[in-house]
Amino acid sequence: MEIKKAATAGTLESSDCMVTVEPGEGKVDFSLESSVINQYGNQLRKVALETLKNLDIDNVRITIVDKGALDCTLKARIEGAVFRSVDQYENLPWGGAIR
Amino acid sequence: MINAVGREIPEEILERTGKEVFQGNNYKDGKAFQKASPKVTPVMRNDHDKMVKDIHEALVKCNAHDGMTVSFHHHFREGDLVVCMVMEEIHKMGFKNITLSASSLGKAHDALVPMIEDGTILNIESSGVRGKIGDAISHGKLKGLATMRSHGGRVRAIETGETHVDIAFIGAPSCDEYGNCSGMGGKTNCGVLSYAYVDAEMADYVVAVTDCLVAYPNYPAEINQTKVDYVCVVDQIGIPEKIATGAAKPTTDQRKILMAEYCTQVVANTPYFKDGFSYQTGVGGASIASTISLSKIMEEKNIHMGLGVGGLTKPMCELLDRGLARKLVDTQDFDLDAVNNVRSNPNHFPISAGEYASPMNKGAFVNKLDYVILASLEVDTHFNCNVVVGSDGIITGAQGGHPDTAQGAKCTIVIAPLLQGRIPAICTDVTTVTTPGESVDIVVTDYGVAVNPARPDLLKALQDADCVPLKTIEELRDIAYSIVGEPDKVQFGDRVVGIIEARDGTIMDVVREVKPFSFRED
Repeated sequence: MEIKKAATAGTLESSDCMVTVEPGEGKVDFSLESSVINQYGNQLRKVALETLKNLDIDNVRITIVDKGALDCTLKARIEGAVFRSVDQYENLPWGGAIR
Repeated sequence: MINAVGREIPEEILERTGKEVFQGNNYKDGKAFQKASPKVTPVMRNDHDKMVKDIHEALVKCNAHDGMTVSFHHHFREGDLVVCMVMEEIHKMGFKNITLSASSLGKAHDALVPMIEDGTILNIESSGVRGKIGDAISHGKLKGLATMRSHGGRVRAIETGETHVDIAFIGAPSCDEYGNCSGMGGKTNCGVLSYAYVDAEMADYVVAVTDCLVAYPNYPAEINQTKVDYVCVVDQIGIPEKIATGAAKPTTDQRKILMAEYCTQVVANTPYFKDGFSYQTGVGGASIASTISLSKIMEEKNIHMGLGVGGLTKPMCELLDRGLARKLVDTQDFDLDAVNNVRSNPNHFPISAGEYASPMNKGAFVNKLDYVILASLEVDTHFNCNVVVGSDGIITGAQGGHPDTAQGAKCTIVIAPLLQGRIPAICTDVTTVTTPGESVDIVVTDYGVAVNPARPDLLKALQDADCVPLKTIEELRDIAYSIVGEPDKVQFGDRVVGIIEARDGTIMDVVREVKPFSFRED
């Protein structure tokens, strides 16, 4: 997928995260701020990069501000932000790129 | 060298401090020692005037000097003005390399950070630190060491002479011109002055700092005239609404209510719950809810508490007022009801921190506890607790009486929610050990209750009663990890910035400088 415009998903509530995706400069530009970075920074990055790969995205600037979200929450927020960035609200690929 | 809780204590720290590693709870039991003694400047003349006009004059008259140790108590909690007032004067006078020995430090003392940075303060000895001081220490700004001691451990350190206090500053809600101090009778009452008794006893110079000078004699005095060199009247020693607030509202958090219910069931179904039992609890929502629900069972079964120990709050004082508890002994008051109960109920007794918790006297109150209910930031599968260092590696809490009461009580119950946000409170290894697992008998979480395998008697009692969901501590950890994933360990630098002292003065653990997070290469 190609990121068309900047889009966000999520909140800054405890146990959630806010994900912003913007058109990239030819690569995945990853930034993470997390209240649990010491314990889960590596895991959050792994989940984020895997999720982008599943969506077939390799050109994005992604910014995550995490407040202790679980892996499933982070994944859902990234997917939400990505589909918003291409204005796709119907025929979402459940069980395909979103799994 | 590896200590009895499996922590590596660097040789360099053992050499620098002259300390031994922790070797188990009763290592120093029965080993006699010579008590230290202070220098006393006698007052014989009947016209001697103890009043000084300000902190500056007090410091001059007490021979303030570079490298001295000054001490404070923390009964004014987040409302304390005394520590900063005195330290600012010391700073202004240009003294360096001060050891600051306080019974605790908190957010009220953020203003000390520049004095840590410029070398005015060299070492800090405290129950713990919160706020910006903790942050500064964990980022390596303190040139010396931060030593974290329990309330009992602090009395031990001063009485053995390990800490020699040059000047003790005692914030006194009321005081007379000859130095009789009380925690009551003024405009910034804190109830009791328990933590300061040892300072008054063992410091070379003692300065009472008050904002309410009363007629002589200010009796009953908690700290009396025979211990006090100088009296200094200032505008304000504390901010009353930050010293003792109204009683905390009973919690409505369902998770805490569930843990409180489990805790109450554990107490009510273990063998020490009989008439005359002794009990201590903390100020957390679950602890308070548990005290309230326990009182209903006490009434139903006509079981009275013989002794309540604290750290006191309104629910404990209500037990006393209703006749459900026979006596309360008090080292600190957390709300206004508890403060006022000191004077209103004759069975509410102020005691010293030494009577409360010192491991090196001839028997403290903690040794007589049946139950203590404690909280913890982290508990590991060895039942070790961490109450000082946050999961991010930054010093953010205090030992308080945790290790003292945990060792003393026959049944030590630690309440911790399985998860705090994404952070598992039940884990494989705590970040820093403050209370050893051998002191901890039962862990209560919202997902079940684990009993230390060292206490098969308690496990059997709870199995027979079938009153709570029993799990092993490993099962609790596994549930936590199945939800949030296994956490990585915090990345620390090499430099040791603080030590966690065991009650007896041996080293339980060290705290290292934090370093900025970096992603694992893979």
